This record gives sequence, structure tokens and C-alpha cells, in this order.
Amino acid sequence: MDRREFFKKSLQAGALTGAALTFGNYKELFPYNKYLTPSSYDLVAIKGGEPDVMFDKAIASMGGMKAFVKKGQTVVVKPNIGWDVSPERGGNTNPFLISRIIKRCFEAGAKDVYVFDHTCDDWKRSYSNSGIERAAKDAGAKVVSGASEGYYQEVDVKKGEVMKNAKVHELILSSDVFINVPILKSHGSAEVTIGMKNLMGIVWDRRFWHRNDLHRCIADFSSFRKPDLTIVDAYYVIKRNGPRGISTEDVVTMKSQLIGKDIVAVDSAAAKLFGVDPNEIDYIKYAEEMKLGTTDLSRLSINRIIM
Amino acid sequence: MNLVHLKKIRIIVSSLFFVLVLAVYLDITNSLQVLLSPILVYLQFIPSLLKFLSVPVLKAGGFIIILVLASLFGRIYCSSICPLGTLQDIISFIAKKLNGKKYFKRTTNFKALRYSILSLTTIFFIGGNLILLDILDPFSNTGKIMTNIFRPLVLLTNNIIAFTFEKLNIYAVYPVEIKAISFLMVGVSTIILLTIVLMSFSKGRLFCNTICPVGALLGLLSKFSFIRITIDENNCNSCNLCEKVCKSGCIDKKAKQIDFERCVSCYNCFSVCPNEGITFRKFPLENKKYNEVKTDRERREFISKTFLYLLSLTSLSFIQNKIIPKKESTVRTLKLNTVSPPGSISIANFTSRCTACHLCVSSCPAQVLQPALWEYGFTGILQPYMDYSASYCTYDCTICGDVCPTGAILPVESIEKKTLQIGKTTFVKENCVVETEKTECGACAEHCPTKAVKMVPYGNLHLPEIKNEYCVGCGACEHACPTIPYKAIYVEGNKTHQVAQKRPEEKIKGEVNLKSDFPF
Repeated sequence: MDRREFFKKSLQAGALTGAALTFGNYKELFPYNKYLTPSSYDLVAIKGGEPDVMFDKAIASMGGMKAFVKKGQTVVVKPNIGWDVSPERGGNTNPFLISRIIKRCFEAGAKDVYVFDHTCDDWKRSYSNSGIERAAKDAGAKVVSGASEGYYQEVDVKKGEVMKNAKVHELILSSDVFINVPILKSHGSAEVTIGMKNLMGIVWDRRFWHRNDLHRCIADFSSFRKPDLTIVDAYYVIKRNGPRGISTEDVVTMKSQLIGKDIVAVDSAAAKLFGVDPNEIDYIKYAEEMKLGTTDLSRLSINRIIM
Repeated sequence: MNLVHLKKIRIIVSSLFFVLVLAVYLDITNSLQVLLSPILVYLQFIPSLLKFLSVPVLKAGGFIIILVLASLFGRIYCSSICPLGTLQDIISFIAKKLNGKKYFKRTTNFKALRYSILSLTTIFFIGGNLILLDILDPFSNTGKIMTNIFRPLVLLTNNIIAFTFEKLNIYAVYPVEIKAISFLMVGVSTIILLTIVLMSFSKGRLFCNTICPVGALLGLLSKFSFIRITIDENNCNSCNLCEKVCKSGCIDKKAKQIDFERCVSCYNCFSVCPNEGITFRKFPLENKKYNEVKTDRERREFISKTFLYLLSLTSLSFIQNKIIPKKESTVRTLKLNTVSPPGSISIANFTSRCTACHLCVSSCPAQVLQPALWEYGFTGILQPYMDYSASYCTYDCTICGDVCPTGAILPVESIEKKTLQIGKTTFVKENCVVETEKTECGACAEHCPTKAVKMVPYGNLHLPEIKNEYCVGCGACEHACPTIPYKAIYVEGNKTHQVAQKRPEEKIKGEVNLKSDFPF
């Protein structure tokens, strides 16, 4: 190789690299965090503490928030804010937990953190009385309405058996990281509502689900965009008359929390925590059949923390 | 005080009331209504009068002040307080700017027309039928115009702004979903607005002296006012300026007389008169002769007979049916009674008190209150009803009772509201997804705040079970029910509202051993 050829080849290589950087997905070539070590745990179960404290411990054992949120990314946190009830009623995700998650996201370098839910009761009252609006705003997140059809975009649910398409909130489509924060509680028809059922709140037309085999739709839609992280709030748990409950008489203080990447595994563990067999809940069964995750907890490495 | 300033004071006072109307009706965040509407509605004549009939306390006695003012000084209400009056002034003002014509003309007095309308409205009113007040009360008409025309426009503008910001990833301005819009209601309100615009465009307050029953009634009173505006013949130099600025067209320059019955007390004449030719004068003037009023027996008989006839008509008005369509494949059901708002005591009470000002429609955060078409029958057209296809009643919310100016919806305490039963649930199993599709659903029970609707085992599925003793009739189940086109669960209105029981509960068992291991 003479000098001329060397320059020529160098230039070509340079151009190729440039093109790759410009047009390729260079984030994958050069991850922000070089020292990212994948967590050795698939699932963390913790109990005995306050929601925010438990979260800190649990996320630390999964490699910290940095393992999920990279610098400059946008994050959408999706709690359950379905009902116009106060936190101790257990109808909505715990506001302290939401606040702490947002804080950790920003610490990990998140550019923006959004919080929304498509509520069942009047959205402004639910946002306010759940305590989540205040908690999220104070933590620096942007609280967005889920009550307007204009925010929802039509998407295909490719793996869906019954549900072939849905209108999904644009924040789910546009955000880099999706953190699903359901609350564990009883449900009159789904038996128990956890992570997969919580995804109903990112879709506009919920009536479709109820009309077309609720369990099948829950599983179908779970194949659309799997959350990067599912955090189950099981601090105040509605044990009967769910998902809204009548009063605090329906609530058991379980002081527990579950974190995992596999939404099916998290739902299975949460179901067991609630006291039901995940294999008897159709939507969990369907989800495993669709290979969206596993219900076999014995195959997972689980960190169990009792505070 | 220099009487020239009266006009300025009138403009300031009327502007304040009008700004209140705008705030209360157009606040799309629904945060000002409870605070501001009591201030706005206290002095509104018809709403206050109706409220007094429901709750005879001084707190509801704003209309008495209006009556006293009218018998002392004339129709202060019409120019300073009535928002429809101010709306007409705004239109006249714009018209003047547009067509360059500066002056009003004297108009004939239309006595027969306005007293006929007043009499008819009164007769209907005494008969418990508010249909004429519903379309004629000036405050309520302003409300209809604001709720059905301007509020949707404000919402639309807001939503355009919200979706523009959304493109920039700014979510601070949020869109507000319009859950129901009745084109008939928009049509009716547009007709009212057009009538107002056409009449006030060049004729000032013609509406107030022809069609408006409040104007006619207060006019009747001001005929006998203690202090009236008159022309001082000694000072008048016949410049005619007063006649030209008179919105009511009630000044006769030739006879140098003011028809005080039609005067809306705008005080424009004071501000233009160069020579103090317009003055207040105490009445009765000494040495004034009164004309004896002849009674007309035939006319009286006609009126009393009409009165009786209408009384009998109103009792028929409660026979009404609304067809709630059912799934094509199954049963159709009949909603015998629609649901009236919580605090209205009974459908009959509500329809005989509501003037369709739509303040509750604008204030309802859930947008469940919507103007009725035939839901209450003919006489209830325009009056709000609980529209469960649009939304459902928020369990803790008591705003409609707090804002209602007429007492058609009385204030209800939050704790009382939780057991106030405005209707009962009917379940149509043949339409239910669980029965027809053999799959789980439970949308109705999920939304039920009292668990009057609860899912119970049904084979290996769950079917709703209704316990109407716990039902408050909020319509959450009906709204949530996903069956199309016909619902499997709906709320039948209570003719007279009742009290529901609280579902007896004991604390759920299930102690958690925080030290034991996890079940997996």
C-alpha cells in the first residue's frame, strides 16, 4: 500500500464511519454508560418499609436507575390514577413512590419525565385527590392530561389476537423509557389488577377491551410496547370490591413492592403476593402463551428483601 | 353629585356584572364557579325569585332589592345588572362603530305585546310551567348563549392552542374534551342571540320593551316609581340630544315627556343634556289627576280561563318516555323517568324551578349535566338532565347545587350526597357481554362507587349483581357499559329522590406478616 492509497482508503473509511454515525443507531455503538453492568437479578421483592425507601433499596439491587435511564432521555412514568380517591384507599399508585421514581430518573440524567394516566373518574379530581399531581410536579415531572382523544395515536398491535390496533397516548410512543407503576389490587372481573392491566390506561378506547374478552385484550396489548421497568406498589392493597373499593375497610396494609423488567413475571409474583395462583388468571396465562414473559418464577433470580 | 356621572357609574357596575358572567360561564378549568356565581346570581331577578320560593330566606331575597329599586328609581336592574341588557349595549356600541349611525330613534311603545307576554309567562309560571321563562328570562338566556355558543368557542380555541403547544412538547395547556354537544341547543341559543343582535343593532333596548317579561314587570312597577326621570320644561332648550341617545326610544321631544315605564335607567340622557333639562322628580306630583282604570270583564274572564286550561296542561307534562336503545340483537328498554340533578328533590320540583340558565351545565366538571330535549317532556325542554351517555356524576361533587341560582338544585352537603339516591339501576342480562359473549367484563361494577353493582360468580365468569338499596344513581355503570349500540345496565330516574343505605362493611381480614418470607 503506497501513501496515496493509504490516504484514499483512510478517507473512505472515515466517510463510512461518519455515515454510520450519522445514519446508524450510534447509541448502540457507544453507550453513554460504559460501566453499565446488567443487573444480576430479574426481579426484586421487598417489604416492610415506606414506598419511597423500599424503591431506593430495590432499584439499587437492580443496578440503580442508571441501568434504565440514560443521560438526555425522556421518561414516561405511568401510575394508576384511575379513581377519585385518596392514597390510603389503595385505588391509585402511592404518590411517595411516584415522587421518588421521578427523582431517581432525573438523577440518572433524564431530560424530561412525564406522568399521565387515562383515568376512569374525572381526570382532574383523580390527579389531584390521588396526591400524584402534586407529588409529580414537586419532583419536577410534567403532568400531562390523558383525557383527550387528540393525544392518542392509532397503532397496530401486531401480535394481537383479538386486538389488532389501538389508540395509544403519544407519550408512550415518543418517550425513550417507559416505566409502568401499577398498584396491586383486586378486580371484579380480572381477579387481580397489576402491571399488564395498568396498560389499559395508555389506551383511549377501554370499552373495546371490555366488549371483546377482557383477558384476551389485556394479554394482546401487553405485546405492544413492553415497559422497560414495572414497579408494583403493594403498600395499600384493596383486597375486595376492587378496583375502586368502597372505603379503607377494603384495604390491607401490605407494605410491599415488586420491581422487574419482565411484566409477566412481575404480575405472577404480585398475584402470589396477593394470594392467587397466576396460572388461574387468564390474562397472565395468555401472556405466557404469547411468549411475552414467564410465569415460572423458579427460573428467575429473585432478590427478596425484608426490611 | 353631578348627575352627569350616573352614566359612568352605570357602565362600571354593568361591566362588573358582565365580567362575572364571562368568568363564571367561560372558565373552562371549572375553578371560579363556586366562588363567583353566588355574587353574580344574587341580584338576578328571576333566579332569585325562584330561589326565594324554594328557600324563603333573606339570603335568597335579591329580587326584593330589585323590586324596591324599581319602585323607588325605576328599572336599575335592566341597565346595571342584567347581563342580557349589557350584551345588547355592547352590540349597539359595535353597531354604531360599524354603520356610523350615532343616534337611536323613538319607538312606539308596544304595550299590548309586552303585557301579553308578561301575563302569559306569569300564568304559566303560577301553573308550575316554566317553559316561557326558560326561553324568555334574560339572565338564563345570557347563560344559554354563553354555555352553548361562547363556551364551545373558548374550548375550541383552548384546544387549538393546546395541540399547537403539544407539537412543541409543551403540555401545560391541556385540551378539554367536549363530551356532548347538542346541536339543537346550539341552534336555540343562536336564535336567541340573533334575535338580540337584530333587535339591538339599530333599535337599542327594543327587546327589553317588547319581549322581555322582566322588563315588562319592572316597567309596570316603575310606572309608579317614587322618583322618576323627567324633562324639566324650564331648562329644556329642545336640542333633542336626549331623544337621540335614548336606547329605549322612550323620550318624546315634542311632548317633552319620558315614558318612564320603558326607561331602562341607562342615564345616557343626563350625560348629553347641555342644560340640566333632565332631572329626577319625586312622584306623585301634587295636583296630579289620576285616570280611573276601567276594568274589562271579558278580558279578565279570558285570562282566568286560560290560566285554568294551562294548569291542567302542566299536569300532563310529566307523562314522558325516553327510549333507550338496546343492542340490536336483544331487548329494547324504556327509561320511564330521566334523572334530575342531585339536590333537585324531585323531577316535578326541578322542572318547576329551573329557568335553563345552564350555569350548572357550564360548571359541571364531569360534563354529565346537559340540556334536555324531550327527556323531561315538553315543558322541560332546555332544562339540564343527567346525561349518562356523556359522562357520570362524580361521587363527591356538589357543585351544581352550589351554583344553581334558582333553587331548582339545592345545595347538598358532600356527606349527604353520598347516600342521595337520584335513580336506580336496571340490569338487562340479555345485553350483557358476560351473557352474550361468555367473556369477563365488569366495567359497570368497576366504576360503581358504592358497589351497588358488584360482580358475583357466574359459572366460571362473573356477572353484575344489583343491590339498589345502595345505589345512588350516579350513572357510572351506565356510562362505562361497553355494549353497543345498546347498554346492558342503565339508571332509571327517581321521580322523588330518596336516601340510599351504606353498604355494611367490616374491616377486611388479612394480617400481613412483614417478617415472613415471600410466597414465591
